[in-house]
Amino acid sequence: MKRIEGPEKVTGRAHYACDVRLPGQLYARVLRSPLPHARITRIDAARAERLAGVHAVLSSANAPDISWYEESRLFDRTLRFIGDELAAVAGESEEIAEDALRLIEVDYEALPCAVGLEDGVRGKPQLQRRGDIDNGLREAEVVVDAVYTTQTALHNALEPHGCTAHWEDDSLVLHESTQGIFAVRDEVAEKLGMPKERVRVITQHMGGGFGAKQIAWKHSVIAALLAKRAGRPVQLMLEREAENLAVGNRNATRQRVRLGAKRDGTLCAIDVHILVQSGAYLVGGEDSDVIGAYQTLYRCPHLRAEQVGVRTNTGPAVAFRAPGHAEAIFALESAMDELSRALAMDPIELRLRNYATEDQTKGKPYTSVDSLRRCYGQVKAAFDWPERRMGQGSKKRGIGFAAHDWAGGGGWPPAEARVEVADGAARVVTATQDIGTGTGTALCQIAADELGLPAERVSIVLGDTREGLYSPTSAGSATLATLGPAVRMAAAKAKKSGRGKGSRVKNPKDKSIRTCGAQCVEVEVDTETGEVRVLRVAAAHDCGRVINPVLVESQVIGGITQGLGYALSEERMVDACGLVLNASLEEYKVQTAADGPQLVNATQSMPDWEANATGAKGIGEPPLIPTAAAVANAIFDAIGVRVRDLPCKRERLIG
Amino acid sequence: MSVPLESVTLRVNGAERAVRVEPRRTLLDALRLDLGLTGAKKACDMGNCGACTVLLDGRAVYACLLLAIDCAGREIATVEGLHDDPLQRAFIEADAFQCGFCTPGQIMSLKALFSRTPAPSDEEIVRAVSGNLCRCGAYRNIVRAARIAAGRR
Repeated sequence: MKRIEGPEKVTGRAHYACDVRLPGQLYARVLRSPLPHARITRIDAARAERLAGVHAVLSSANAPDISWYEESRLFDRTLRFIGDELAAVAGESEEIAEDALRLIEVDYEALPCAVGLEDGVRGKPQLQRRGDIDNGLREAEVVVDAVYTTQTALHNALEPHGCTAHWEDDSLVLHESTQGIFAVRDEVAEKLGMPKERVRVITQHMGGGFGAKQIAWKHSVIAALLAKRAGRPVQLMLEREAENLAVGNRNATRQRVRLGAKRDGTLCAIDVHILVQSGAYLVGGEDSDVIGAYQTLYRCPHLRAEQVGVRTNTGPAVAFRAPGHAEAIFALESAMDELSRALAMDPIELRLRNYATEDQTKGKPYTSVDSLRRCYGQVKAAFDWPERRMGQGSKKRGIGFAAHDWAGGGGWPPAEARVEVADGAARVVTATQDIGTGTGTALCQIAADELGLPAERVSIVLGDTREGLYSPTSAGSATLATLGPAVRMAAAKAKKSGRGKGSRVKNPKDKSIRTCGAQCVEVEVDTETGEVRVLRVAAAHDCGRVINPVLVESQVIGGITQGLGYALSEERMVDACGLVLNASLEEYKVQTAADGPQLVNATQSMPDWEANATGAKGIGEPPLIPTAAAVANAIFDAIGVRVRDLPCKRERLIG
Repeated sequence: MSVPLESVTLRVNGAERAVRVEPRRTLLDALRLDLGLTGAKKACDMGNCGACTVLLDGRAVYACLLLAIDCAGREIATVEGLHDDPLQRAFIEADAFQCGFCTPGQIMSLKALFSRTPAPSDEEIVRAVSGNLCRCGAYRNIVRAARIAAGRR
């Protein structure tokens, strides 16, 4: 079945937050700190306020005192990174608002700053232990000991963060580009000191989030305050530069990894110490559990995993498609590849020898114990592993493998849905949001199946908190597995009585749900220029029952494509003064159509009926996770150079 | 500081549309704000991403890099001017989008190609959309959609 919102998206009729046009609507811009760490000693916005066409100006001089980010404020007198918000203007056009920003006078007292991961202030360590790591390392006959680093990556969803805010008497309506309409509603209501019921958040379409839009950011409250002050609707969309400075990034990491194994490949020790760059603030929702994957992907009796957050004067980190896991799997799966080389063992064979059947952090078996093993088999067959072609001249070819697991995808109750049936057609009512993954389409299919109706006869309402049917934020690849069972229950009731409400029951107590998968990559490396061309990628992921193979395939190819950018070209560059040097889509290199390798999706339907009543699990994040490690492992196979620092840049491959 | 407005008549999707804009207003803002044609998207506003692609006298251009007043008398085509175009049908069939934000731009870049070259090769297709970023990573299906529109499966 095709995406239900397709006709709207190919005609320009799909309306995003930035497309809202209300009578008298104003446009806002935010003034941001030019210094990485400073105190404001004077701020004077009088000239901006007097500019023709300006209707409201906010700064620490006149804004309500609203707490934000731990001990900080909405407009704080202390600025902690280049891009920190310090004032905002609403005017009759974006151009006028920009003119006004230039008229705001600010004096600063510069403060000392720390920019790099190694220089920042270290927080309290998080430590996880299992068994006795010293014993484990003593038992080991082969040890891999290496340091890996991963870069700061920028989400760069094409639609920037932003919203259109307007007041209807004492109630606020926000058309927001968000992954979580209820998260925005609750946070904005709390910050403005309003009852939740008087804030309505609407997201009909949103132009990409990838994690950075899973929390409420300052712009929503700033837009609401400007609209209140001006008495007119205000649209505040971030410019691309602000998008790349202030609203999240994938944290950089430094990971020292020690893997100990017996000669037959059995792991006996995993010891890892990790630094994670949090940036200037802990914004909530960063959830970068880098030590997570080390604890679960392989069976291992002795483990020590330590993670330390590092605060720096750079933009704050936030969740980015499989936060923590993408970083960890690069290091862990590179180290597993190094181990397989040291043992002269096939990398897939090494992973099978250490197969985990239970969640070692909880001591509970997995619901679909064999699914990762099946993914290995599916991807191996689709790729024809370890078949390889020969390169020519300076161009060398190699193949690489990486696996992953992911704690998400199993669903986050609670959630509610309603189904109404009349005249051979049905309407599914939810208040989830479709962030471009096809959630709405899949939910219609689930209802249609249960009702015995053709899917074209089922429509869906979503993206409006006013429906009052709670749905969690679209994050953790959890949306389908959360909402799907609620819709199915509602449809079953509606089949009998024409109308039914369903709710998501809790996840099983005695089992652990995971998603997982594996990828194979073939690269060609030019040993004269260092150019890496990815020739083909094959992927197999466990997302339980495949409700819609078209949508699953799109998630798989999209995740791999982002993963290739993470592997090869994406990296936020920051100078010693904390200035981001590539905060644009010209200089921050995402993949383009011209970079596309052959992508083979070998994902098969593997219903997980113990997980929930639809058998389906999430697929949003996982396809990005193993790609970078598989690329680095393929590069080693091609030219014998082990890249332990992402991205795999040319200068790291030659010379 | 009040900026004088200029009157300009834009010919968009075959219709004459008169607007009064500041001289610095881009074609993109004139389309999106003054004419209510929001299909072309503002994603970078500096000619890096292609989400604002429209046709100017049949050529694909970044509307954020043009001034509205420079487009008087030129033939402007936006996604709103397409009606059941084979490219639109093919995009749906090939699932050539996820969030859909870049989609109007992708389609207009291909529209420019197809008007010159009704049956383009893969290489020509990739070149035509290589200036249109898709952060969801739907490139493989975008190329597949263009192939379908070109009559190849």
